[in-house]
Amino acid sequence: MDSIYNDLNAPHSMGTTIIGVTYDGGVVLGADSRTSTGMYVANRASDKITQLTDNVYICRSGSAADSQVLSDYVRYYLHQHTIQLGQPATVKVAANLVRMVSYNNKNMLQTGLIVGGWDKYEGGKIYGIPLGGTLLEQPFTIGGSGSSYLYGFFDQVWKEGMTQDEAEKLVVKAVSLAIARDGASGGVVRTVTINKDGVSRKFFPGNTLPLWHEELEAKDSLLDGFSAASPEPMVS
Amino acid sequence: MMNLADSAPATNNMLGSEADSQRTLYPYVTGTSVIGIKYKDGLLFAADMGGSYGSTLRYKSVERLKSVGKHSVIGASGEISDFQEIMRYLDELILFDNMWDDGNSLGPKEVHNYLTRVMYNRRNKFNPLWNSLVLGGIKNGKKYLGTVSMIGVHYEDDHVATGFGNHLARPILRDEWHENLTYEEGVKLLEKCMRVLLYRDRSAVNKLQIAKITEEGFTVSEPYSLKTSWDFNAFKNPTLDAEGSW
Repeated sequence: MDSIYNDLNAPHSMGTTIIGVTYDGGVVLGADSRTSTGMYVANRASDKITQLTDNVYICRSGSAADSQVLSDYVRYYLHQHTIQLGQPATVKVAANLVRMVSYNNKNMLQTGLIVGGWDKYEGGKIYGIPLGGTLLEQPFTIGGSGSSYLYGFFDQVWKEGMTQDEAEKLVVKAVSLAIARDGASGGVVRTVTINKDGVSRKFFPGNTLPLWHEELEAKDSLLDGFSAASPEPMVS
Repeated sequence: MMNLADSAPATNNMLGSEADSQRTLYPYVTGTSVIGIKYKDGLLFAADMGGSYGSTLRYKSVERLKSVGKHSVIGASGEISDFQEIMRYLDELILFDNMWDDGNSLGPKEVHNYLTRVMYNRRNKFNPLWNSLVLGGIKNGKKYLGTVSMIGVHYEDDHVATGFGNHLARPILRDEWHENLTYEEGVKLLEKCMRVLLYRDRSAVNKLQIAKITEEGFTVSEPYSLKTSWDFNAFKNPTLDAEGSW
């Protein structure tokens, strides 16, 4: 009966749903905001999309500590690299640094990552770096425990060359679907859109997301009655 | 049984302290069979483009056949991150070979030997690169085809395969391979093997590449898919003569 208390000391894990998609002109990164310690939600409004440079961001999943420390190392390396290079780092370099740290510490780290950004040479690019430290450049990728519920969804709806608006809507819909079914994902949907004009952060609170199967409109109270349209009078 | 990503344990040392630098103890993203054969003008290789994550067919565009220098081709099954690391080693090896600028270039036999040493030495340190590799090529008219496993077992032959390919493809090759296969015959033979693997290997995906190396150089095909046959009466009505069975 007291087993719930064990969880309070469990390492912070981000369960998570993370997504990165390319569109015509840039990339959109998306994530949920739930950080759990066992069954307890330690942070219901986490920010899992972390900045590495002005033009490159990373989506973090798995162990919160591991992904944070890895991001800090890579941000540090990229900072030095940018100074030495004299111009913004490319997304490819950022992704390869993430791979390097991930691969060389594969026995100690438990984090799956998505690197996305925009540079003047290749435009918008997404790189997936799952457990083990494999590096794969992809037109889109999904990660985290919630991603299990999205493989079929993306197989069906993905298309190349979407507009920014289509891509953002797709990402929000997808994270929202994953939140509906994955206990380790929840909270708000955050997106970061990166293109030649810069970076744009968006925030979609839980109550603005669409409702899925067996989910109901939220009310303040039972006592507030039901929706505006009154029910048909009961006639025998 | 592989757990899904987020529930896998972070550390799992067989021997030694936590401070041990690195030991690959289980693979995460894996490629399945690779097949290689010698033919009249050189060598042909086949591998699908799947990257499995446990039982999930997660990645379907992973290139598992790569050229090494001017004379060789490598195909890898097993952990993809380790294959990517092996490619970094090989690219460095070839770079240095070119830098010597001495008119000599590493051939497939030398590359195979290098890989054997790398794989065996890692195995001895209980920190294997979790791959089975096919390495082949042609230099000065001499064809060479070999294989190395994650524990350093290595040999050469006229036809080799990794993983499920050992059990499903090699019997076909033993039966139908011969010295003077034309390019077309070689491709058809490889496709026959790949089709069987597609039917019978759970981690196979229907998207493959065929690579060729000849004296002229290396080519790898655009990804393509194989047709499969399901139109058999026995399949449509499997319990016809065995009512009640399944």
